[in-house]
Amino acid sequence: MIPEFEKFKGFKAKSIPKDEPLASGHRACQGCGEVLALRMVMKALGRDVIVCSATGCMEIISSPYPHTAWRVPWIHIAFENAAAVASGVESARKVLKRKGKIPKRHVDIMAVGGDGATGDIGLQWISGAFERGHDFLYVCLDNEAYMNTGVQRSGCTPYGAMTTTSPPGKKSFGQVTWKKNIPAIAVAHNIPYVATASPAYFLDLMNKVKKAALVKGPAYVHIYSPCPTGWGSAGERSIEFAKLAVETRVFPLYEVIEGRYIMSRKITKPKPVTEYLKGQKRFRHLDEGHIDYIQKRVDVEYEKLLRLAELT
Amino acid sequence: MANTDAIVGWKTITFGCHVMEPGNSVNFRTGDWRSQRPVLDKEKCIKCGMCWIFCPDMAYTQTEEGYFEADMEYCKGCGICAHECPKDAIEMVTEEG
Amino acid sequence: MAKRVGIEVSIAIAEAAKLARSEVIPAYPITPQTHIVEHLSEFVASGELDAEFIPVESEHAAMSCCCGSSAAGARTFTSSSSQGLSLMSEILYIPSTMRLPIVMVVANRALSAPISIWNDHQDIMVQRDIGWIQTFAENGQEAFDLTLHAFRVAEDRRVSLPMIVNIDGFTLSHVIEPIEILSQEEVDGYLPPFKPRYKLDPKKPITMGPVGIPEVYTEAKMAHSEAIKASKRVIIKAWQEFADMFGRQYNPVETYRCEDADVMLVTMGSISETAMTAVDKMREAGQQVGLVRIRLWRPFPSQEFRRAAGKAKVLAVIDRCLPPGAVCGPVGAELRSLFYKVPGSPKIFSFVAGLGGRDVTVERFEEIVDKARAYAKKRPRELFEVIGVREK
Ligand SMILES: Cc1ncc(C[n+]2csc(CCOP(=O)(O)OP(=O)(O)O)c2C)c(N)n1
Ligand code: SF4
Ligand code: SF4
Ligand code: SF4
Ligand SMILES: [Mg+2]
Repeated sequence: MIPEFEKFKGFKAKSIPKDEPLASGHRACQGCGEVLALRMVMKALGRDVIVCSATGCMEIISSPYPHTAWRVPWIHIAFENAAAVASGVESARKVLKRKGKIPKRHVDIMAVGGDGATGDIGLQWISGAFERGHDFLYVCLDNEAYMNTGVQRSGCTPYGAMTTTSPPGKKSFGQVTWKKNIPAIAVAHNIPYVATASPAYFLDLMNKVKKAALVKGPAYVHIYSPCPTGWGSAGERSIEFAKLAVETRVFPLYEVIEGRYIMSRKITKPKPVTEYLKGQKRFRHLDEGHIDYIQKRVDVEYEKLLRLAELT
Repeated sequence: MANTDAIVGWKTITFGCHVMEPGNSVNFRTGDWRSQRPVLDKEKCIKCGMCWIFCPDMAYTQTEEGYFEADMEYCKGCGICAHECPKDAIEMVTEEG
Repeated sequence: MAKRVGIEVSIAIAEAAKLARSEVIPAYPITPQTHIVEHLSEFVASGELDAEFIPVESEHAAMSCCCGSSAAGARTFTSSSSQGLSLMSEILYIPSTMRLPIVMVVANRALSAPISIWNDHQDIMVQRDIGWIQTFAENGQEAFDLTLHAFRVAEDRRVSLPMIVNIDGFTLSHVIEPIEILSQEEVDGYLPPFKPRYKLDPKKPITMGPVGIPEVYTEAKMAHSEAIKASKRVIIKAWQEFADMFGRQYNPVETYRCEDADVMLVTMGSISETAMTAVDKMREAGQQVGLVRIRLWRPFPSQEFRRAAGKAKVLAVIDRCLPPGAVCGPVGAELRSLFYKVPGSPKIFSFVAGLGGRDVTVERFEEIVDKARAYAKKRPRELFEVIGVREK
């Protein structure tokens, strides 16, 4: 077991920190679920953290000069390399502490990026940082497309979804591939902690982020992040979708602690995927056949996950 | 639209183009984006704080009486708070003008 | 006390980075740079150097790590070459405008295709405008000294810019030369500990790398451009102090037998040694030939160069880089614009030589001087000429 978890009692509804390390005045769209997830992440981490951000919506909306929404030290270098920048920060602090140049006090180091930054262009940098074993957490805010550049498909875009580069047409029904499983790739690095989270379950999300920060070595948290602008969904429904994704088993919540899969929330009576799909313009064009395929595949993937939880 | 706050010369621009003042985005008022505002019915409110935790713009703060009040300087009017309130205590009302 | 030893230049550079007490060294292997970082990793493994050696998965990651490490306040060193330097390219422009004083030694090597591990300057000329201070070393001692000088200048609070020391791959990196290795005490006397102006610190949080909206981008770039121009004074002063302490004097531009020379060769890097031999030979034959060597490439030492070479009738500029479809090589272009419409300025002819490890011999230098003299009388058809290429 992980010794760092023993003392952590978990956040309770009454003990959620009031402090906002991410400030108001950021430029995210109305009802943005990604910035809401980021807000929760920062609440869990507090102020003793250094944030290394990838290029993407969250970077753009939080730092148009001369403004910053960050009340913690924050650095942005480029799109694909946040994990490497974090590796550099972590190594620097390690040697500076050893040499007595900075206080020994622990400071968390977080790299954060969107699904594109994480699962597509940045995989190599993340893989390198995980394999080398730096003590940091990587948070992926997955809104299932390249939103910052205008809603292009990514490897995390779900099957059938319409984006500007997976448009449905006579010869296409939108995204033709199944969502890439980034948490599984993280798990394959044998890192001590991997988790998935949704802002609808904010205590669960905050606890996972805190655990990822507490654990020694690399940790990965993959967070579902509704994007009303890119999904064609109503801004007011962002949290509703974040919940439906879990209740329909489209986005299962689990942890992988030292290789052991643990379901955070077993969905014994799942809602049909249609409840999740409707209300999002990106799925509007799908016919029954597609929806049927999605339902079947969601069931299969969920079963696989349950089996992993039994096996490990 | 020119951002007048950003009008600095090359001699006066911050070193390395860093932003030295943490969280100064609070000087940027996003309330202008709003077309509807949340209005609270205190009668219905059970002070659960769901509106507070689910606001993407950190607009809510708790008053001394324990109610949650959204700061109209920042509220973008997304309606999440109203949608998630378990008691339907928040109504979204169209902004005048 | 300093001691003179016969040592491979790469190892001497690793010694310099060790004596500088580098704190974070993210590195990725590529020939002909590899010996430098291998030796540094040995120093770290043996405990001789208290640093974090990060064996990254690519050069892009190496430079990204360097940015994070320097921003967090650690003295940061890396080394690369050729394809590796090109892979870093996206990131190289970032620490300079962000004022992160990373030091990098580049063992210059040709770029693919065809793949070549041998020396020329194409790799660094691609990175000409990254906004780093750049010097070129002629020999092993200079490579050692310039590496120490780079830390001193880059981290100077008035400068705070990243810096590259260029050394020729193989012809410098892999040769054994007698080099005076300074003692730790001597280096500590020359190089104070790194005290960054700003760093990532939860006690004083700042935002590094914000979005440069149009209202501010020009000013950010201008501030950077002026900073690198202003760094020249610190660069020269740090060389002066080096001379005062250790007796070796370096200048932005060096001249060799330029007094009364009507033709001057212009070189950068280690081919200058052969060029000097060629100058001696031509001088013996009664020709008025000299050599101007550019040590400081960025910021370009305009005044110093004009002072050194302004009296020549003809400049024969040697570029170790062939820019396809261009008017001439990058050094040639730089000098042509430096002297453009300056009354009485020399005629400038551009030659490309020594690509992908091709030797530039004494005879080649003689050929270049002859051609330059002839072109001064009768304009050449081409604006630059490739020397030592087989015409068939
Ligand atoms: C090397 C590089 N390629 C492409 C881009 C353009 N770009 C910037 S952000 C972005 C998409 C970001 O997508 P994601 O990581 O999912 O974050 P989101 O904006 O969706 O939060 C792209 C393609 C870039 N900045 N750098
Ligand atoms: S595009 Fe989507 S993720 Fe980006 S700020 Fe807008 S709502 Fe948020
Ligand atoms: S969510 Fe509704 S009930 Fe809960 S505190 Fe807010 S207004 Fe009151
Ligand atoms: S409408 Fe949206 S922005 Fe305004 S207070 Fe409610 S949740 Fe916050
Ligand atoms: Mg995305």
